[in-house]
Amino acid sequence: MEGLNIPLNHILLIASLLFVIGMLGLMIRRNIIFILMSLEVMLNSAALAFVAAGAHWGQPDGQIVFMLILSIAAAEVAVGLSLVLQVQRRFRSLDMDSLDWMRG
Amino acid sequence: MLEIILFYIAATVALVSTILAMTRANAIHALIYLIVSLLAVAVIFYLIGAPFVAALEIVIYAGAIMVLFVFVIMMLNLGAKGDAREKTWMRPSVWVGPALLTIVLFAELLYVISSAEGPVSTGVVGAKQVGLSLFGPYVLAVEIASMLLLAGLVGSFHLGRRYLDRAPSSELGHQQEGE
Repeated sequence: MEGLNIPLNHILLIASLLFVIGMLGLMIRRNIIFILMSLEVMLNSAALAFVAAGAHWGQPDGQIVFMLILSIAAAEVAVGLSLVLQVQRRFRSLDMDSLDWMRG
Repeated sequence: MLEIILFYIAATVALVSTILAMTRANAIHALIYLIVSLLAVAVIFYLIGAPFVAALEIVIYAGAIMVLFVFVIMMLNLGAKGDAREKTWMRPSVWVGPALLTIVLFAELLYVISSAEGPVSTGVVGAKQVGLSLFGPYVLAVEIASMLLLAGLVGSFHLGRRYLDRAPSSELGHQQEGE
């Protein structure tokens, strides 16, 4: 299980495909929950690229960046989901377009 | 040879489940597909010689962060009305333009990464090496991550507490009946 036979560019291809799918989801969905899920997919694919690059050089640095990305994702999701609760309470909708005015 | 077959199976599962997650109308269904995708990525991490990260991916991503999503979706109580509204938002006129633009960006990315060569890894980088490096040269990053998590904790507590204070149980019950 050392990954000796897996080519590096295939795993980078998987990571970039996941990133592109996440970005597409971010652009086409209007529900805030789905936008947060797309952000998770994008962060996860970036983490996959980091871990693959770290494994390629045999260094633990990629895995450390993975942990930083993990904590960023956790903090972002916690704040984002509590904002989702606020939006649902005030506007009775999860549509991003209901937030297009700036007066509090 | 077995590991390369397992890698392609896991990669296919990850891609298919992510695409399904991004196109579902029901939020819980999308979340389950997203969890499958994260588990497949954890398998990829294990195969490229990062078993500690594979465990973290399952425990924290698929375990903790996705459970947060589940709790919030349950609190929002979207129901069948939400599904119908989601379906009306997903017309082809909405997604064709962004899809073309992302395909262009993906082609550029493909051109850039095609120069990467060689195997993905030459050995397992285990938890011991990661821990030594994490609390050696990267200890400042650990502190920054802890401050970030504290900020996330305080921020989500502040935002969520007002939700609980101003919406008494009677109003919540009324809202559930209304939907």
